[in-house]
Amino acid sequence: MNWLQGKTGWALLAVAALAFPLFAQNNYLISVATQAFIMAIAALGLNLITGYTGQFNLAHGAFMAVGAYTVGILTVDHHVPFWIAFLAAGLTTAVLGFFIGLLSLRLRGHYFSIFTLCVSYIMFLLIEKWESLTHGPVGIMGIPAPTGIGALQFGTPLAQYYLVLAFLVLGLWIMARIVRSLLGRSFMAVRNSDDLAEALGIDLMRTKTLSFVLSVVYAGFAGALYAGQVRFLGPDLASEAVTFDLVMFVLVGGIGTLLGPLLGTFLVTWLTQSLQFLQDYRMVVFGPVLIALIIFLPDGIVGTWLKRRAQRADAAQAAKAAPTGAVTQEAKSNA
Amino acid sequence: MLEIESLTKQFFGLTAVDDVSTRFERGQVSAIIGPNGAGKTTFFNLVAGTHKPSAGRIRFNGRDVTGLRPDHVAKLGIARTFQTTHLFDNATVLDNLIVGHRLRTQSGLWDVLANTRRLQDEERLCREKAREALDFVGLSHIAKRIAADITQEERKRVAFALALATDPELLLLDEPAGGVNPEETVGLAALIRKLVDHGKTVCLIEHKMDMIMRLADKIVVLNNGAKIAEGTPEQIRRDPQVIDAYLGVDHAAL
Repeated sequence: MNWLQGKTGWALLAVAALAFPLFAQNNYLISVATQAFIMAIAALGLNLITGYTGQFNLAHGAFMAVGAYTVGILTVDHHVPFWIAFLAAGLTTAVLGFFIGLLSLRLRGHYFSIFTLCVSYIMFLLIEKWESLTHGPVGIMGIPAPTGIGALQFGTPLAQYYLVLAFLVLGLWIMARIVRSLLGRSFMAVRNSDDLAEALGIDLMRTKTLSFVLSVVYAGFAGALYAGQVRFLGPDLASEAVTFDLVMFVLVGGIGTLLGPLLGTFLVTWLTQSLQFLQDYRMVVFGPVLIALIIFLPDGIVGTWLKRRAQRADAAQAAKAAPTGAVTQEAKSNA
Repeated sequence: MLEIESLTKQFFGLTAVDDVSTRFERGQVSAIIGPNGAGKTTFFNLVAGTHKPSAGRIRFNGRDVTGLRPDHVAKLGIARTFQTTHLFDNATVLDNLIVGHRLRTQSGLWDVLANTRRLQDEERLCREKAREALDFVGLSHIAKRIAADITQEERKRVAFALALATDPELLLLDEPAGGVNPEETVGLAALIRKLVDHGKTVCLIEHKMDMIMRLADKIVVLNNGAKIAEGTPEQIRRDPQVIDAYLGVDHAAL
């Protein structure tokens, strides 16, 4: 399995994603995969604030809806070009995220989660009731597809697929940069213990707010891509069900790991699609599978794998240290 | 180095720290002792900025630091350890220590996205600091072990290393030898001496009297939040009030 690690593994994933349409050969599967990529982008963001920074945000889906509605309202009602609306979606979620973050991140632990769940519901109500702005329960129809850039056109499902894939790769690359940097270490220090992080000179509010804003920007862009792909928006996008789907993706794949949210999103989407023939009864299969997964792989798939790998490496270290153990013991008593 | 003036902290009706004045000198080991619930940890929390005092002044190197946020206090050069240190169990010991020097670095989001020279330099610096600190506490041989698997005594040393990585002048150690055996306690006491020999100032809370009496240059005794005595180990050992409130006859120099 060692050859799967590092750059080779990532390259294989990229090749698989690039080649997928060749094997799918049907527009339905391609658009399902495209939507999975969009959800994966949102899940990446959720993983930053929840997995890496330890703040369990339950308003993530609502931020995705804000991004989507920004694109919907601007393009349909104000005839703004798609890509400008797309950038505006990122900006709107960032600004909104900043103020909601400032308010909600003063709370710790479960209180933060409960607060954000309420924020999520308020955002859902606003979208549903503010008819003059959001078209209310009717939703927004006829959102244009992303306009072409030069020779690149995004009208077909295949082109959409590659467009969204490009954004997913970009999002993943930026996320990898962040979590492996000193900034990522600050986030993880807050997750481990906020008291200790503060005692180490980390500005808690600033660090948490930055993580929160970054994470909701991922949700905002995911929502904007969703609007351009599905072309129709209803208030349901802001319902807590979307957030809990994202939470499930992150948990199944492995919370606090880079690859986890991706793997979780693909796996759950694939499972949901495979069980489609059972209609509503699919939950009877889905529920137990999920419970079994949480019991036997509490760190998620990637998390469990990484933990095993760390333990193996640790055992090797311990074995290597053993012959010199006597010397270091002596050195310690001299210290 | 650290001057405390009439420090008081009230939680609703309870006075946890009651009008305490004292001073800790540079290059010394000062100890705070007292029965459980005497306000020792609250005292540390006030100095480190975790709680804001209800009244009184705290001066560090002549500068008023009363009521500053913990991260500001840390940047000024006061590091602290906790009774339990939460490490990231799935990462290596060295990985856990790298964030310790983060407070002396400047890199922000832009540096991360552009992978600037500054970020690379600072990451190297943080790694070096972590290694240095680990060497200092005598744990370089477990740098690559995962934090979940190290012993309680090693955990205590890692907590020291984490505090050291912040480049502090003053270290506040909360029960540095809590939960370790007598032999290991001697090793930790030697390590605290070594800190002082290398120019650090140490203030610690501890219940292990043998260790305190041998290690401390100065002892402050708290009882019910108030200071009941202060002095050298010799003076404290003879103080009838301290014997009565805390020491009992075992450690008294009768």
